[in-house]
Amino acid sequence: MLEMRGIVKEFPGVRALDHVDLLVRAGEAHCLLGQNGAGKSTLIKILAGVHRPDEGTITFNGADYRPSSPLHALRAGFATIYQELDLVDGLSVAENILLGHEPARLGFSLRGRANAVARQVLARLGHPEIRPTTEVGRLSPAAKQIVSMARALSHEAKLIVMDEPSAALAHDEVANLFRIIRELTAQGVAVIYISHRLEEIREIGDRVTVLKDGRTVEVGLPARDTPTDRLVSLMTGRTVEYLFPPRASRPPGQEILRVEDLTGPGVSFSVREGEIVGLAGLVGSGRTEILEAVYGARRAAGRVYLHGRQVRPGEPHTMVRRGLGLAPEERKAQALLLDQSVTANITLGSLPGFARLGWLDRAREAEEARRLADLLAIRPPDPERPIKTLSGGNQQKAVLARWLVGNRRLLLLDEPTRGVDVGARAELYAVIRRLADQGIGVLLVSSEVPEVLGLSDRVLVMREGALIHQADAAELDEHAVLDMIMQGSLTP
Amino acid sequence: MTSPDLKKAAPSGLLGRTGLTGLGQARHLGLVAALVLLAAVGLVTRPDTFATTSNLVSILSLAATIGVITVGMTFVIIGGGIDLSVGAIMALASVWATTLATQEFGPFVMVLCALLVGTGAGLVNGLLISYGRLVPFIATLAMLVAARGLAQRMSDRKTQLVQAENTALVELSTTRWLGIPLLVFIFALVVALGWVVLNRTTFGRRTYAVGGNPEAARLAGINVRRHTMLLYALSGLCCGIAAVLIMARTTTGSSTHGDLYELDAIAAVIIGGTLLTGGRGTIIGSILGLLIFTLITNLFILNGLNTSDQLIAKGLIIVVAVLLQRRNLKERTL
Repeated sequence: MLEMRGIVKEFPGVRALDHVDLLVRAGEAHCLLGQNGAGKSTLIKILAGVHRPDEGTITFNGADYRPSSPLHALRAGFATIYQELDLVDGLSVAENILLGHEPARLGFSLRGRANAVARQVLARLGHPEIRPTTEVGRLSPAAKQIVSMARALSHEAKLIVMDEPSAALAHDEVANLFRIIRELTAQGVAVIYISHRLEEIREIGDRVTVLKDGRTVEVGLPARDTPTDRLVSLMTGRTVEYLFPPRASRPPGQEILRVEDLTGPGVSFSVREGEIVGLAGLVGSGRTEILEAVYGARRAAGRVYLHGRQVRPGEPHTMVRRGLGLAPEERKAQALLLDQSVTANITLGSLPGFARLGWLDRAREAEEARRLADLLAIRPPDPERPIKTLSGGNQQKAVLARWLVGNRRLLLLDEPTRGVDVGARAELYAVIRRLADQGIGVLLVSSEVPEVLGLSDRVLVMREGALIHQADAAELDEHAVLDMIMQGSLTP
Repeated sequence: MTSPDLKKAAPSGLLGRTGLTGLGQARHLGLVAALVLLAAVGLVTRPDTFATTSNLVSILSLAATIGVITVGMTFVIIGGGIDLSVGAIMALASVWATTLATQEFGPFVMVLCALLVGTGAGLVNGLLISYGRLVPFIATLAMLVAARGLAQRMSDRKTQLVQAENTALVELSTTRWLGIPLLVFIFALVVALGWVVLNRTTFGRRTYAVGGNPEAARLAGINVRRHTMLLYALSGLCCGIAAVLIMARTTTGSSTHGDLYELDAIAAVIIGGTLLTGGRGTIIGSILGLLIFTLITNLFILNGLNTSDQLIAKGLIIVVAVLLQRRNLKERTL
């Protein structure tokens, strides 16, 4: 039904997809498996008409398929349900379901007809209790997902992609989701199901395609009979080797940070001077919440101690004054002033240090920025350039450089290498290790297990908001950690 | 007036020194060109009256009041907000400073009173917006209505004259230095101070950061709420200064002062190339925008044209300016 052959997609500095194949039959639930950064999202976005492939062919129902826009993809019978649901909260259920193709005559919408169509689609999904006139903003996450699916069905979608649909759902709701998927496939609709939970894949999937580092490593394995071992090793066997700097030889120094029951019971750990502590876990497992709670950017239960003294959770600006620094997950949305120079971005976290009575010493500012740009090898080596002209890796270095100004004691790094190509990664790793060697404590979050294991001294494993394991990084291997973080949600 | 402005414009803005400077300059150049064009129209249509000292001085005196407000407005808009209450705050400050009770204490206290009232009202705006989490549009709209009402109440809707013993205040507009009234110098001083604060201090840098990406500013350790509050207080202070200028020029305090000033100030800022979304803009641009507006008013008056046509012309200018800037912006991002 859907046949993708030899798909190549390159972004500046990265080959996101390297001759990927995907074959989906009508009426099957096809699972797409792979670690973060393996290329799943890029593949989906090509199908949805968001990206265009550089090479390769796609045939859909026997015809050549080259979607030029999401609308085009939708018209062709291809619908995507993203993790972040794209519903309009202020509109009714029926209006959301029929958004973009409302029944209308002479520009007047026909509400009765719309409600009837919506009711019919919802009934088909086994949810007649969702009323078409309810405002979507008042629905539960699970119900919103149903509405999202109803929208896909209202377009007569033949192929529906679900990107981690169970992430926002409780257990019984997942069971219901699976019932719907079975009904859809029974009606001949194909479903591409993306999940990190292997148990789910066994439960609902017919066949599995495994992606790794932008390549297809296995096409169409039987989902129920392939041993877990084999799936995990298919996902992990690396072709790209990361270069990690050697770990510190001397033992870590005094405790900088200690948290107790932060964000949830049992989430207690500490970070010492010169130590890199890695938080491993899936997106949504509570890693980012911990960083934000420590940094004062989020209110959370629990206690935080700095240098042995309990601190009241403040705002980020008080934590910055106490010597903390955060490199957030979303570089562009949360860290950068895109219009401004590299220098202005680097000094943003320590402006008072460059000023006397509020008056900026711009020469000293430029000098410091130049020193750090040299130290981190930020390219091009001109700190007066607007930061938006730099590559992702170099932007990330500038975000790190922001916290190298002045005396930081503890750095919180959230996905520091996201969107950074392999070469620049090695440089970033070396920089982070060098910081630790200078006595700074680092708390690192990454979705990439090899990165957490390779860079950290100690590893904390998170799953669904709970801290399930703590160990020295040397005692763990990728396989074991992946096993821990990917335990299915159906068997609590 | 225009050529030193242009020279100042070159190193202005945080973007400085790199390839962007050229385009930044080009943007100001466009505004200067528009000013020159308008001046040429003035010279051709009214050669006898346009280029006279008295006319030029009256243009600058007119521009001074709104000009001071425009400086504060530029800060607020670069910081990602909007202040609709400027005209009303100015009216309130002028009324408060000209009540008989205040006037008893002499001109110095009148000035102090106007500044305090302006800053205080701005501070209330800031508190509502940063700590009360009100949308700036709504908070300052409420202030617009309420401050105007309070001004009417205090003055009983009567125009309050500056008393004979306080004419020292009026001398700001009557005393001339190099043939130019003192209040124009005050305007120039406020512009210069505004430029310095925006471009050479941590406060200015934070203003760009808070307007450009509030979340990034917060996570970089900037106290975004306090800064936002201070921006509105600053705008209020500018309204207080403007109140002093208008009292000096008209010798009155009145609840009708500054009607629709907020629209002129916002228009000047927009024409000057400051983005309403925040994070980008210059003081020089705003002042050039304001001068263009004032010059248009002057030309219409000199030529005895209808004030309604003048409004239509101003509306067109706003649209054209923004369209041109959008093209500029696209070229830059490419």
